[in-house]
Amino acid sequence: MLLKLEPNPEQIKTEKLYQQMGLSDDEFAMIENILGRTPNWTETGLFSVMWSEHCSYKNSKPVLKKFPTTGERVLQGPGEGAGIVDIGDQQAVVFKIESHNHPSAIEPYQGAATGVGGIIRDVFSMGARPIALLNSLRFGELESPRVKYLFKEVVAGIAGYGNCIGIPTVGGEVQFDSSYEGNPLVNAMCVGLIDHKDIKKGQAHGVGNTVMYVGAKTGRDGIHGATFASEELTEQSDKDRPAVQVGDPFMEKLLLEACLELVQSDALVGIQDMGAAGLTSSSAEMASKAGMGIEMNLDLVPQRETGMTAYEMMLSESQERMLIVVKKGREQEIVDLFNKYNLEAVAIGKVTDDKRLRLIHNGEIVADVPVDALAEDAPVYHKPSKEPAYFAEFQGMKPEIPQVDDLKDTLLKLLSQPTIASKEWVYEQYDYMVRTNTVVAPGSDASVVRIRGTRKALAMTTDCNSRYVYLDPETGGKIAVAEAARNIVCSGAEPLAITDNLNFGNPEKPEVFWQIEKAADGISEACRVLDTPVIGGNVSLYNETSGTAIYPTPVIGMVGLVTDLDHITTQHFKQKGDLIYLVGETKDEFGGSELQKLVHGRIFGKAPELNIQLEKERQSQILTAIRAGVVQSAHDVSEGGLGTALAECLFTEGGLGAEVNITGNPVSALFSETQSRFLLSVKREHQAEFESLVDAKLIGEVNESGTLRVMADNQPVLEASVEELKAAWKGAIPCLLKSRD
Amino acid sequence: MKFAVIVFPGSNCDIDMYHAIKDELGEEVEYVWHDTESLEEYDGILLPGGFSYGDYLRSGAIARFSRVMQEVVKAANDGKPVLGVCNGFQILLESGLLPGAMRRNESLSFICKPVQLKVENNQTMFTGEYELGQTITIPVAHGEGNYYCDKDTLARLKANNQIVFTYEQNPNGSLENIAGIINEKGNVLGMMPHPERAVDELLGSADGLKMFQSIVKTWREAHVVKA
Repeated sequence: MLLKLEPNPEQIKTEKLYQQMGLSDDEFAMIENILGRTPNWTETGLFSVMWSEHCSYKNSKPVLKKFPTTGERVLQGPGEGAGIVDIGDQQAVVFKIESHNHPSAIEPYQGAATGVGGIIRDVFSMGARPIALLNSLRFGELESPRVKYLFKEVVAGIAGYGNCIGIPTVGGEVQFDSSYEGNPLVNAMCVGLIDHKDIKKGQAHGVGNTVMYVGAKTGRDGIHGATFASEELTEQSDKDRPAVQVGDPFMEKLLLEACLELVQSDALVGIQDMGAAGLTSSSAEMASKAGMGIEMNLDLVPQRETGMTAYEMMLSESQERMLIVVKKGREQEIVDLFNKYNLEAVAIGKVTDDKRLRLIHNGEIVADVPVDALAEDAPVYHKPSKEPAYFAEFQGMKPEIPQVDDLKDTLLKLLSQPTIASKEWVYEQYDYMVRTNTVVAPGSDASVVRIRGTRKALAMTTDCNSRYVYLDPETGGKIAVAEAARNIVCSGAEPLAITDNLNFGNPEKPEVFWQIEKAADGISEACRVLDTPVIGGNVSLYNETSGTAIYPTPVIGMVGLVTDLDHITTQHFKQKGDLIYLVGETKDEFGGSELQKLVHGRIFGKAPELNIQLEKERQSQILTAIRAGVVQSAHDVSEGGLGTALAECLFTEGGLGAEVNITGNPVSALFSETQSRFLLSVKREHQAEFESLVDAKLIGEVNESGTLRVMADNQPVLEASVEELKAAWKGAIPCLLKSRD
Repeated sequence: MKFAVIVFPGSNCDIDMYHAIKDELGEEVEYVWHDTESLEEYDGILLPGGFSYGDYLRSGAIARFSRVMQEVVKAANDGKPVLGVCNGFQILLESGLLPGAMRRNESLSFICKPVQLKVENNQTMFTGEYELGQTITIPVAHGEGNYYCDKDTLARLKANNQIVFTYEQNPNGSLENIAGIINEKGNVLGMMPHPERAVDELLGSADGLKMFQSIVKTWREAHVVKA
């Protein structure tokens, strides 16, 4: 047998080898203090992954504490695989978002694919049937061959995994900005459905109960992935390719079906995904949460390669694996159940009462550490925070209206901006219909998935305009939540809760930490007012390449409840003669807008204001009107302003057109990005009832002209055929991908 | 009429097929595991879409060796209706129950969207309820749906009227816009589009329902006569 020489404790200490694993001198001293001795190589590895930002949130914990996490309907808040919210009839929705940014920057296909695989496991480890996937993606400008490659491969990776496992990818968002050039963002969200009685937790209760390993074998892939994810990307990051895992969606499909059968068995005590930090995090966290210990014999771990060390097995992030605890004596039932799916289930250890994680390999104890020290006692850092110089400068700027010569030409250009343009090229690669419950497919404000056998449905969306967050993190954070809720309400649903993915730069930079704090303040306030608690999420820091941070990007994943299928509403105008209403005043707000970027090539100034109370009132009026059956279509006014929103409402069948009247400066009226605005259409016969329910301004009418005509002071200021607008909007991304550089 | 939905490891449209039959068609249906050794009790066999065995080698190439496939061949020889959709179609090609082969989509990308199909032959047990030449909307969702066969086979398919559905706008590069074909005997149909996804207006189209209704109608007529 090949013997690997690992450094001994003395060498680890004197040569400061722990630093390679991301541990600081102080942290190493803390570990020595906890153990009362110097840790060996394996133990140092256990601490390094469990104390990485990815697993311990050591830098973000003080910020995460700000979030409201409870509510009447919250059955499970942050801390388990995914959060759970009650939706009545003893049913609940389970969801979470997670990032796979760093792996996707290095190996985009597998990075994105395994991101999807990981978040699915988080959801079914709670006992839930995954019913939908969403994502939120950010890339550099769609110009360089590298960015195009990343974009294509990330989309293919998401498609490859989601399509194969048979969970529909129903929605998401993609935005492009140069700040993501070297550090794309790949956030994946999974939504599951569960009956209350089936809810499972990752807890290792019951002394003597058996710890079993199920799913794929362990290999040397992804070793130290969690640590890798907690560092900045550099030009040398390509050498970290082995830290990226390889996904096998077929294996996960089998594992999913087997685990959902398993949760019906009373032999099951606890179950947890082996995600980041693999065997280490699943065993330590399950033991710690239950106030117990775990002892495992690593010789029994199914291995894909020969000669693996304890260190390698414990730190491997091989995919499609789960750790379960079952009642002693019931092991054979579990083995039989997994065999039916051609999967392995192997007893590798037992639950102990000494609160220690003890590992045996080749007959020797190779690690013996307190589980709480790994799972709970990571140091918490209160990082220094400093307002960046740019903020005061932007706040001091006077509002300006960008110079526009031709309104129609500008609208066409805005519709061709990749961030606004149709994402059909993306979502047509995703199987968004499998399981035949997708009522509203990608392309409307929120996607809607029905719950078979009921009149209920779930609306879901991901949102974040990071330009606003960059200009003003607190307001931008609020807007991200408000916009997600707007999308949910426009689809006819009541917002329930959110999951958040905090993508930021290096928190050791005080200016970056300030962004994190302020964004969290904004998110928290919006969540409190809109009554959408944070039930879980993910933090991805160190999103920088060669010293430059991404725009702060706290992605909000929100789920809402449609109480009756009849309430489901889409953004598209429906028929000739319907009245068009605008909800909300329009101000001269162009800071961070698409128009500002188009005209100036950069963003500056103040982010649009947000009055969250007003937002709530409007959303509640609109939902009431939708439920009363007097709204034909509903769309939020967001990037690209009213002009863009009007065009999007017309991108449907039937040769529809519209004529609307605007007041004030036409550039502001059409392209300002003032918040809390909605564009609705209403049947004429419902005019009176609608107006009694919603404070809205009648601005025009749907017709069959196939043309969008905008009037100001009885003069047409913009007239364009819908066909022409649609061609610009639909063609932009395929065209950019085809063009040579 | 009692249907079997065959479940291979990696099938993922089995549930859609099951609910289409049970909830929308209102007939009896059961999931049947890939290692089943008899299909005697079933009147119709449905091979659903998905990624059987991960489809890492070639779509359907492993599934054709499943134990149940011997029984599917037997059912086909017995004249029972056998419908293969998407991965099910690929498995029928691999097992030789239908001629030809699948290549990757011309775009090299997976494609998922509703498409328009033309009914080229309504004289089959699967399409009797459609009008000849009727345009129907049925979704596709596949990465390897680019149908190919050699010249002689194509000539035979045409001569025997075995091309049942064609695409109005070809989404994948398939030969002669072929979307679905039937065997010479007329009881084994393979198609890339998913009729089981088009059985409820709420989800966009119910045009697929007539396919299942056709199967049931033909079967009832045959069995009423016998009785």
